[in-house]
Amino acid sequence: MKRTATMLAAAAMGLTMLAGCAGGGAAGGGNAAGDTIKVGLNYELSGPVATYGQASVQGIEMAVDEINNGGGVKGKKIELVKYDNKSEPAEATTLASKLTSSDKVLTIIGPATSGAFKAEIPVATRAKVPAVSGSATADDVTVGAQGVQEYAFRTCFNDSFQGTAMAKWAAEKKNAKSALIIKDNSSDYSKGLADNFKKTFTAAGGQIVGEEAYVTNDTDFNAILTRAKGQKFDVIYLPGYYNEAGLIIKQARAQGITAPILGGDGFDSPTLLQLAGASALTDVYFTNHYSSLDKDAKVQKFISDFKAKYNTEPSAFNALGYDTAKFVADAANRASDVNAEGIKTAMADTKDFSGVTGSFSMDANHNPVKTIVVIGMKNGQQSTAEKVAS
Amino acid sequence: MKKGLVSFLVKAVPLLAAWAIVLVLINAGIVTDYYLATMATICINIVLAVSLNLITGFTGQFSLGHAGFMAIGAYTCAMVTMAEPSVLGFVGGLLGGGVLAALVGLLVGLPTLRLRGDYLAIATLGMAEIIRIILLNQDATNGAAGLSGIPAFLDWNWMFFLTVATVWIIANFLHSSQGRACISVREDEIAAESIGVHTVRSKVLAFMIGAFFAGIAGGMYASYFYFIKPDLFGFLKSVDILVIVVLGGLGSLSGSIIAAILLALISTALQPFPELRMIIYSLALVVIMIFRPQGLMGSREVSLGVLNRFRRREPAVATASAAPAIRRDDDEEVV
Amino acid sequence: MGEFAQQVINGLSLGSIYALIALGYTMVYGIIQLINFAHGDVYMVGAYVGYFSMTTLRLGFFESLLIAMVICMVLGVVIERVAYKPLRNSTRIAVLITAIGVSLLLEYTMMFFVGAAVRSYPPLPDYLTGSFQVGGVTVGNQQVLIIGVSLLLMAILQLIVRRTRVGRAMRAVSQDADAARLMGINVDNTISFTFALGSALAGAAGVLVGVYYNSINPLMGILPGLKAFVAAVFGGIGLIPGALIGGFFIGGVETFVSAAGQSLYKDAVVFGILIAILIIKPTGLLGRNVKEKV
Repeated sequence: MKRTATMLAAAAMGLTMLAGCAGGGAAGGGNAAGDTIKVGLNYELSGPVATYGQASVQGIEMAVDEINNGGGVKGKKIELVKYDNKSEPAEATTLASKLTSSDKVLTIIGPATSGAFKAEIPVATRAKVPAVSGSATADDVTVGAQGVQEYAFRTCFNDSFQGTAMAKWAAEKKNAKSALIIKDNSSDYSKGLADNFKKTFTAAGGQIVGEEAYVTNDTDFNAILTRAKGQKFDVIYLPGYYNEAGLIIKQARAQGITAPILGGDGFDSPTLLQLAGASALTDVYFTNHYSSLDKDAKVQKFISDFKAKYNTEPSAFNALGYDTAKFVADAANRASDVNAEGIKTAMADTKDFSGVTGSFSMDANHNPVKTIVVIGMKNGQQSTAEKVAS
Repeated sequence: MKKGLVSFLVKAVPLLAAWAIVLVLINAGIVTDYYLATMATICINIVLAVSLNLITGFTGQFSLGHAGFMAIGAYTCAMVTMAEPSVLGFVGGLLGGGVLAALVGLLVGLPTLRLRGDYLAIATLGMAEIIRIILLNQDATNGAAGLSGIPAFLDWNWMFFLTVATVWIIANFLHSSQGRACISVREDEIAAESIGVHTVRSKVLAFMIGAFFAGIAGGMYASYFYFIKPDLFGFLKSVDILVIVVLGGLGSLSGSIIAAILLALISTALQPFPELRMIIYSLALVVIMIFRPQGLMGSREVSLGVLNRFRRREPAVATASAAPAIRRDDDEEVV
Repeated sequence: MGEFAQQVINGLSLGSIYALIALGYTMVYGIIQLINFAHGDVYMVGAYVGYFSMTTLRLGFFESLLIAMVICMVLGVVIERVAYKPLRNSTRIAVLITAIGVSLLLEYTMMFFVGAAVRSYPPLPDYLTGSFQVGGVTVGNQQVLIIGVSLLLMAILQLIVRRTRVGRAMRAVSQDADAARLMGINVDNTISFTFALGSALAGAAGVLVGVYYNSINPLMGILPGLKAFVAAVFGGIGLIPGALIGGFFIGGVETFVSAAGQSLYKDAVVFGILIAILIIKPTGLLGRNVKEKV
């Protein structure tokens, strides 16, 4: 008992010391003293979804280099403060605190995934610093239970739009009457898309013949595909990420399932082709933020610049990261005062921002109003791209 | 009597002082949110490590399922506070989570604690996975998306109080006859049984107490970090906790506390090199086990009488669980 | 009926992978009573060795299989000598913690060098990609290959253990290491040899999985490793035929849980089976009950 107390005391002293030596900065939102605009990056650079974070950061760094080489924003260079949240929401919370309280950034970009982004928002709101994600697609990210999150923005469309758009497209363009859904139950993204697809597809008179589920990192889908093969359906809706979707497409085609396979922006990666193989990737369609087939000069310039810088084809995460950084710069440029509050107001007022992933304006819910592209694949190549307006 | 009072004050005063200093620093704005978040992580890790140490370090039952108990506590506390966002709801959720975790501990512990060490490790690992999969596939827990917007009640006062209370209760338990029975189970199960220790009861009791505090830690986590999802409570979380316990020393509460603080500092220092963090952790596990299996502290404890202790000899035995039982000569410590 | 037969084929292919990994677990456990947590990661390393041998060295499937087996064999022996041997007289908890450490070390070292992203095996020659129909059931050539190679390797293993001197030494050490030493058996070398055999099989499983599923990543060994362990326990840990039966059983259970529309709970069911066996019959299906010695 006595010993315990002393032991605790020792521990407490340790904590105090930690707190003591850690001190030094005062709390509060940042301002633009100095000649740079500090922007915090809170991304998944390691851990299970590191690929999304790394790809986003590539796009962001490329955009910031372009901006700074072009003279910066209002004569000030953008300075990035980059941290890795290890794909852990708690770490994202901690780093958001660090960015706002110690580094005094004017804006935080990231995290890439909805969960980690949600963990960041309360901190950003309390510090009155805007937070933008280029890829947090969950519906409830920018609109919480208490209404619109004043300091949270995104530059990508949300899950319900993607699921709805694909269901409409399947019913109208593919004349699909029945669909089978295969979703990733360990991903809120996949479940969100599946739910919205189901809602719109049934409302359009279609029928969902079955729902199969798997979890991230599964590799063997033969059992559920064999089960699916016994049913009749016009299309398969597979809203998942390329890691599993590639394997599912490969195994489905190997089992002789020839129905069109529809998916979401999670398909957008060269890995999909490597996993599925070219011959399996036929009659595969997915909704995406942009298409490299787009003849728009801006898109083509982005693609060639990206290839020159990183020596690889850009993915949607790269493009969204790029757009998000440009969006932040655009808001800072328009802001009456270059401080966190001014940038936030400018972000909310964004009109006709023109990016690689399309032009958009911010709606009242801090969601961009964007067009969506349905990309068709044949023999592993993107062969068609149709724009669908919201 | 007087001696007791003096020794109590010797311990209580630094504790209170530490609490008050941090409180002042927070109010002065010197300890920012970021450092407070780091301290929350440390406090939660201390509670987790100390409770796992009770199971693995003191009772010798190797559990790889601590994250499962933590998950139960986190979800219970989150759901209760979301339904009843008041301090009452928070305390209720915290305790409810702890009790629920302890009940699951009882349910799992009764049959599996008959198993030998390594089988038990796998069984508890399996249990934690099952808990995670169930949480993943329920509507009430919002599946993979997890619960967000959990009302935050855990401020510095709460985290300090809960951490101190946990260590205090577990340390006192270890000094009780039940606690000593647990240690005897670790030293030699058959010998303990032959002198009349009810080994299964001791093991289950340690397991339940450990699970209870893991549940509390889960509740603390949910309340401080606003957001929980099933992935957070996977196998790697259990390993994280294990690393703290092993580094600090199986059978040393103060070791766990020191290791929790140390690892938080290392983790912060390694922030720029994330890919190296896990490599260093895993190397540390292997190297510690080969060269210093007793961890930083062995089964000794640090106290303010630490200067006296420095003159004493090291436990000469090579392995953690073969190390001598914790010495208890309290008189020495009254400085 | 067709669907059922198809599911049996699916279960067998999956099960043969588990069986190959489970053999390594079971042999190591049989000989030094250690749950070699790192075993699943040796399988992962095997998959990567096969990958680099097929892409960088442009070798064929069988050459890559052999290279992966040899490299994993060496890796297994190194792990045993460096990490486990110094702990031969330590407590089981100490060794088990070391095993977890080695497992994480392999995973994250691999991640450090090759990145976290999934990689896919290069396109395979035609004789590996085709499929054929048997009575309405589609059987992939890869499925035949995976089951065939697994069975062949298990037969070779059985020959080594039953018919060679070193196999006899392995059996002797697993029964009583001290007595074996008195009989002039080099116990350390025998243990290393066991690790070599088990790791080679894991390496082979890695390449087979790479070819079959076409997707590898640094953390791919964790779950199959655990399930293979469940398989080994189910069959009776320490027993080679037990690992075989357990592997196919777990593969079958997983397939049929999915086929019943409960794919989300397949892992939970496997772990549930583990806990149930441990409680009801910890020695497994083929194991005999042994009283714990004082």
